[in-house]
Amino acid sequence: MKRPLLFGILLLLLLNFRASGQIDSTLLRRTPKDTTKLLLNMDAVYNRPFLSVGKVPVAVGGYVEANWQHLGTDGVSEGHQFQMRRLTLFIASTISRRIKFLSEIEFEDGTKEINIEFASVDFEFHPLLNLRGGVIMNPIGAFNQNHDGPKWEFIDRPVSATQMLPATWSNVGFGLYGKLYKKDWVYAYEVYLTNGFDDQIISNTQNKTFLPATKLNTDRFEESFNGEPLITAKVALRNKRIGELGLSYMGGVYNKFQEDGLIIDKKRRVDTWAVDFTSTVPATNTYIRAEWAFVHVDIPDSYSQQYGKRQVGGYMDVVQPIRRGSLLGFEKSVINAAVRIEYVDWNKGTFIETGGNIREDFFSVVPGISWRPTSQTVVRLNYRYNWQVDILGNPASKTAGFQFGFSSYF
Amino acid sequence: MNTRIFSRLTLFAFLTLAAACSEFEPAARESDTLLDGPVEGLSEAENQHFLKGDAAFNTDVFTSANGLGPLFVATSCGSCHAGDGKGHPFTTLTRFGQSDERGNLFLTMGGPQLQHRAIPGYTPESIPSGAPYSKFTPPANTGLGFLDAVADEEILSWADPDDLDGDGISGVANWIRLKGYVTPREGSVEKDEKYIGRFGKKGATYDLLQQTVTAYNQDIGITTTYEPYDTYSGLETDPEIPNQRVNDVVFYLKTLKAPIARGEKDELVSGAQIFSTTGCAKCHRPEMKTGNSSINALAHKVFAPYSDLLLHDMGPGLDDGYTEGSAKTYEWRTPPLWGLGLSKNSQGGKYFLLHDGRAGSIEEAILLHGGEAAQVKDRYVSLSADDKTKLIQFLENL
Ligand code: HEC
Ligand code: HEC
Repeated sequence: MKRPLLFGILLLLLLNFRASGQIDSTLLRRTPKDTTKLLLNMDAVYNRPFLSVGKVPVAVGGYVEANWQHLGTDGVSEGHQFQMRRLTLFIASTISRRIKFLSEIEFEDGTKEINIEFASVDFEFHPLLNLRGGVIMNPIGAFNQNHDGPKWEFIDRPVSATQMLPATWSNVGFGLYGKLYKKDWVYAYEVYLTNGFDDQIISNTQNKTFLPATKLNTDRFEESFNGEPLITAKVALRNKRIGELGLSYMGGVYNKFQEDGLIIDKKRRVDTWAVDFTSTVPATNTYIRAEWAFVHVDIPDSYSQQYGKRQVGGYMDVVQPIRRGSLLGFEKSVINAAVRIEYVDWNKGTFIETGGNIREDFFSVVPGISWRPTSQTVVRLNYRYNWQVDILGNPASKTAGFQFGFSSYF
Repeated sequence: MNTRIFSRLTLFAFLTLAAACSEFEPAARESDTLLDGPVEGLSEAENQHFLKGDAAFNTDVFTSANGLGPLFVATSCGSCHAGDGKGHPFTTLTRFGQSDERGNLFLTMGGPQLQHRAIPGYTPESIPSGAPYSKFTPPANTGLGFLDAVADEEILSWADPDDLDGDGISGVANWIRLKGYVTPREGSVEKDEKYIGRFGKKGATYDLLQQTVTAYNQDIGITTTYEPYDTYSGLETDPEIPNQRVNDVVFYLKTLKAPIARGEKDELVSGAQIFSTTGCAKCHRPEMKTGNSSINALAHKVFAPYSDLLLHDMGPGLDDGYTEGSAKTYEWRTPPLWGLGLSKNSQGGKYFLLHDGRAGSIEEAILLHGGEAAQVKDRYVSLSADDKTKLIQFLENL
């Protein structure tokens, strides 16, 4: 069809467009979000909008994310894609004043994947000493702890957090956490022992060291691949005016080194470190969120350099509110301009054969506009541009296009 | 702002975007700068077959779970043949153990190919002491279907084993024994139960089926019904991929398009003239034609590979002491020069030319020519600077 003609038809359709909405909100009560305290990324799991019915001690909530996208790579377009990325349900309950339970169940890509992301009981002995057990989210970086769709201005999750670090990444285990408030400051720690990685991280169809490959192993909720715990530890501090800084570590043995008592390989470790930073510039209300992470994997020299021993990557999001106020009948709506920059080097090192740099890296810029009719809901339009360079450093493969979608708590 | 106007404008903007969005997506690279993609004129069914082979070649990654190794060199065809172009020292193969026609004397010690990588827990091979060896950088895979469809007699007509025309250039075929699973082409020439090899740097591979199943077996550690012996244990094992997959890959290789020449027409013509008067074209033949082919798009076509598919004595500088089939250690099959200028796009931005990638530029590759090509090389050296530039430019545009 000729383009002007097409636009004409669209315009005509629009002239007949009527919007209407009808939601009866009198039946349910919203548990207000806690806004009194200094909140950290680690508080995100409990600090969500929940609904409770009458006096029942169980609150439910969840969020949904769906989008349209039109992306193309090097001249080959995927065309129009409509995606139901995820539907997540939370159920929280206060068992006693100091015992809480929360679970989060996620349906990804329709029902292609159903995961228990979180299902744990927390016992508070003292603000500085809480015990958490069950399916927990390993606190590596900030994204894994604080990943709910409605909180982000971007349709895609950050590549460094989801494909280098394996967010969302949860495992069965136990651990301790605590917080200390002092004037404008809050200090926190978390430390957990859980089941961990398996050898798919260096043996997968991505053809590169890929920590999320272990997620294919659903047995990990039932048994550890090698009997060695994965240690995850994080310290975070937040100042009311400056923002939050987190330092985290996660590491353990990823391979099967013995079976039936026989040694089949030496123990090989995977170690990861992350720094995360969240802040709002008071003068301009600019919201900044950044995370940078390192991965180190012990891979035998006789294996292929196709699988990198070191990885590094991160992202930075800058979100600037540009209009606040009533829009389309939403009293407190906000329009934001946002941009994300992200980078991952999947394989840091040099070729044994040439001494040349091993590439296999990824860079992307994602400008976007978001509209938040309420704080629970975001409608967002992103334009994504990626450069992907192969291991040898050949001309980058470029992917770009528009994405439009929404995400909302319910 | 009036709400109704606002909402209509926004929706209009989005719908406009939706209708015009391909304009905001990265453009395709010009097809003459790409080596991958099918030959023109395939039928719809053939396109489907091509796509299956493409997926097997480029996206099938082998891991220990689906058969990789235990000894291997790389994890997929595409890892070594990025974008179907030439490879890099990282993906270079080493073969060892044969120095003359008596065959490989190191077959019991891991020969003919070195698998210097292994899945964790296994020890990879190393070259046994005293074994002659040679390194092979992956060649481009383009236009192979055309080369495959040239008649044996045509190839033999270019050979001049006794240099009857006295130009110092002979050219011989590599006569090889066929593997049991290889069916000779219709009308192929046989001599003492041997046939003409035309693929590989030494011309020791008969056809693309042999090339493919050997690559699966020797490069990736994947057994097939054709090559069922595991390179680690030496034992016959169940096939790790079905024959259908092998057929798909062979079809893909056959139907990869020939590289498209670039540059200005008159530049190409004057460069081609220098190429031919210098004598390069005696081995790097600019024109060939195919015979019959079951794939219509390949039958009776004239094409320009710049090769003669014959072996030439390249002198002591390029003699590694290792060989295959009836080739001598100093003999190499003339490599096609089509797509030469695009090599950098698959070799990580640099040139790695000649069989083992030792030449860092086209000029260096020419200067390393010896043996039968020594006179032609000398003629190149004595060209004017201007003509040299024209010649190199011509080669870069192939
Ligand atoms: C480890 C790197 C590597 C892998 C993996 C690999 N190749 Fe190759 N390939 C090479 C090298 C090196 C050569 C040159 C070998 C020779 O000349 O004998 C080659 C040669 C070829 C040729 C011959 C081209 C010509 O011009 O003669 C074809 C066809 C081919 N490979 C196809 C494949 C297929 C199909 C696969 C996957 C099953 C594959 N290769 C996997 C490195 C590789
Ligand atoms: C006697 C035959 C012969 C002649 C004459 C000859 N070549 Fe070659 N050429 C070869 C062979 C054989 C090789 C491969 C040698 C090797 O790989 O070690 C080769 C390799 C090359 C290469 C490297 C190709 C690659 O893929 O790595 C280039 C470039 C080249 N020749 C250009 C020329 C030019 C230009 C001339 C004329 C000045 C010329 N050749 C003359 C036989 C010849």
